[in-house]
Amino acid sequence: MSTAPVKFYQVGSFAVGNRLLPPDQRSIQSDAERTNALTSGHRACQGCGEALGARYALDAAMRASDGKMIAVNATGCLEVFSTPYPESSWRIAWLHSLFGNAPAVATGVAAALKAKGQSDTRVVAQGGDGATVDIGFGVLSGMFERNDDVLYICYDNEAYMNTGVQRSGATPPAARTATTQAVGPEPGNVFGQGKNLPRIAMAHEIPYVATATVADLRDLEAKVTRAMQFRGARYLHVLVPCPLGWGSASCDTVRIARLATQSGLFPVFEAEHGEVVSSTPIRQRVGVEEYLKLQSRYGHLFSPKRREDVIDHLQANADRNIARYNLIDVDTKNADLSETGAI
Amino acid sequence: MEKPFAITLEVESSLANHTGSWRVERPQYVNLMPPCNNACPAGENIQNWLYVAEDGSYEAAWRSLIIENPFPAIMGRVCYHPCQTACNRAQLDEAVGINSVERFLGDLAIEKGWNIPVTAQPSGFHVLIIGSGPAGLSAAYHLRRMGHEVTVREAANALGGMMRWGIPKYRLPREVLDAEIKRIADMGVKFELNTRVDDVQVALKEGFNAIFLAVGAHIGKRAYIPAGEAARILDAINVLHDVEDGQAPMLGRKVVVYGGGNTAIDVARTAKRLGAEESIIVYRRTREKAPANDTEIKEALEEGVLIKWLSTIKHAEVGKLQVEKMVLDENGFPQPTGEFEELEADSLVLALGQESDLSLLKDLPNLEVEDGVVKVNSMMMTGHAGVFAGGDMVPAERTVTTGVGHGKKAARNIDAWLRSVEYVGHDKHEIVEFKDLNPWYYSDAPHAVRPRLEGARRASTFDEVVQGLDESTALYEARRCMSCGNCFECDNCFGVCPDNAVIKLGPGKGFEINLDYCKGCGICVSECPSGSIVMIPEKS
Repeated sequence: MSTAPVKFYQVGSFAVGNRLLPPDQRSIQSDAERTNALTSGHRACQGCGEALGARYALDAAMRASDGKMIAVNATGCLEVFSTPYPESSWRIAWLHSLFGNAPAVATGVAAALKAKGQSDTRVVAQGGDGATVDIGFGVLSGMFERNDDVLYICYDNEAYMNTGVQRSGATPPAARTATTQAVGPEPGNVFGQGKNLPRIAMAHEIPYVATATVADLRDLEAKVTRAMQFRGARYLHVLVPCPLGWGSASCDTVRIARLATQSGLFPVFEAEHGEVVSSTPIRQRVGVEEYLKLQSRYGHLFSPKRREDVIDHLQANADRNIARYNLIDVDTKNADLSETGAI
Repeated sequence: MEKPFAITLEVESSLANHTGSWRVERPQYVNLMPPCNNACPAGENIQNWLYVAEDGSYEAAWRSLIIENPFPAIMGRVCYHPCQTACNRAQLDEAVGINSVERFLGDLAIEKGWNIPVTAQPSGFHVLIIGSGPAGLSAAYHLRRMGHEVTVREAANALGGMMRWGIPKYRLPREVLDAEIKRIADMGVKFELNTRVDDVQVALKEGFNAIFLAVGAHIGKRAYIPAGEAARILDAINVLHDVEDGQAPMLGRKVVVYGGGNTAIDVARTAKRLGAEESIIVYRRTREKAPANDTEIKEALEEGVLIKWLSTIKHAEVGKLQVEKMVLDENGFPQPTGEFEELEADSLVLALGQESDLSLLKDLPNLEVEDGVVKVNSMMMTGHAGVFAGGDMVPAERTVTTGVGHGKKAARNIDAWLRSVEYVGHDKHEIVEFKDLNPWYYSDAPHAVRPRLEGARRASTFDEVVQGLDESTALYEARRCMSCGNCFECDNCFGVCPDNAVIKLGPGKGFEINLDYCKGCGICVSECPSGSIVMIPEKS
């Protein structure tokens, strides 16, 4: 984790804020005067992880850029629910063009600012996983390759939710969507396909790549803040659970994101110039089943017949992440897996 | 206004769109009953005073504490802290050391000389309290705070009751006891020492408006043990009393204590300190069945006290006892086995429980006594109007804290009775269980174990056994409180709302839901660490 551990004992550094901390150590979200980049009245579903993640990330970026920031948005849920004509939920400079061109537009904005001598105004581009890993992938890769001065944030809810839950290149194996054999003996997404965009971004050797979730606010804010310290292309991949598309309870959004990290299915790490520099250790390890069973997109793994083989395969993927990103810190107290009944 | 190309409507903020209309359930902030508060015999609001102490506001925390209990320093030493047994944090790592924080606050108050002003209007009523043990002193304190004149009559030559005559110094240093009693005297409570009340009816005629009986239970119960003429048999309460008076009895090198309660442990530990080489407790049942507090049993064993479980004493001679081994039957009752053994003993101390001396109640009309204790109603009033009773002389657990709780409850009811109103306690909130919390947000923190003197060293002196916390460790303990069922302003609800529909009202003021925009997703409820928000259905 990139933040220094905060030592106080009623609540660790995991809560949004605490009255006992000096104000400069509190999270940006705990500040009653936070930007609220995405304000109330937007039309996201109840418990939307993306709306939460966008406010967390952009408020932190606004703090880091001292309020001098322009955001470019790709088409997707975030754009649709925030700007039904003639209303806007954005309290920042914000623009939208097409589904697939947000990185190119952001590149253009950054170039224009440079030409005007306003390089202190920072550019953030953002989109969902569809716009990022599929439709805008080519221009995003170009933006990375040219090392344009843009922070690109992907809010990954693992499918095209806005149009009715179609599979994207970020849909995980075994998850059911409207286009992954919705019925039949093998309804979920296949294993061995899809793209791991944080690793692809790292392969471009851009200055900064990081992953985060809506379950660890302080980590997310620290990564946005860190990203804004670099010039050049930066990429932040934020896991944002979608109650509608994942078939989960609206109140469980943060909990599911937390379980994704604690099971190892979603590794939280950061990389600089193509090398992993830190990862957030798992604090209370759980088996993947704890994560899967809260979501009806995985319901076919448990009923009518329990698919031990598929669950084992997903567990193996989680274990691979744990080994690859060194997610089990020997100093961290991990819950005994056999005790939780998770494995 | 001229609009740009293809634009026909005024651009506006989404604040015009009141998404609150989607909601079928709404979050609501609640105050629930933390298990510690629920378990406290003195009814302390533990969660609250820990919360106040967390930012170092010790005086404010102490003032919150003494609303319910005037003896934090005493409690911090002698209370068996059922709060900690109930503490939800035990299911996360270890229970919060509530008792040690209480002691820290109590000691600090003594050190700083914090006192308690009486601000209530004088009521004009005068209450007599008979007995100055925990129940009597607690009642005196609360009644005085409510504006009544209070006189306490004590038969002995010093105040404190069993806190002085029953609890040895190594558990409760007398400077501490004296300091906390003095604070009550400073509030204007009148104390009359060496004044035994022989007849309540006579006292009633003196013009007191109400009487609170708190004479305790000071008479050791006797059990018939066949004994040779010269066998040395003593009573535990008398032994402890004499030690306190500075007239420690000769117990000899080998002392046997008969009984399994806290008094038996106190005497056995005291005997060690008086120089006995062997101090042996004989008890007819097992450790699990013994009424003594387990911590005390543990500390006694550490000090070298021996305990013979499942044993009864059949006969006492000079220098030796005959002991019969027992077994528990299927109902858990001890049954004789017919197996005997001899135990060397210079003296035998009986600690078989205590009874109350109720002779002062002779002929008081309508008073009911059952099994040697006085019956009281839910107002702590005896059958005789205006005469209330509490502490060890009424049916209840016999601990200092229970006595303090009785004194408070009696005081509130006496106050109401004097003013001819009914005392209405507030409704008890629902108790918060561990499953209602979201413990993810609490960091892992071990319990700051109170430093303890080495058992062997401790046994030879009357120095205090359990030492207190210093400021940093006390603060650490206080901050381990999970604030079950009560908001502690961690800002989680304010942060996790995807709709920015939680309003932060500022320090100490908590939060409010903006119902214009709250969609009722319930994330704030799920992510509240302390279980202080619940979802309630919208009225259709």
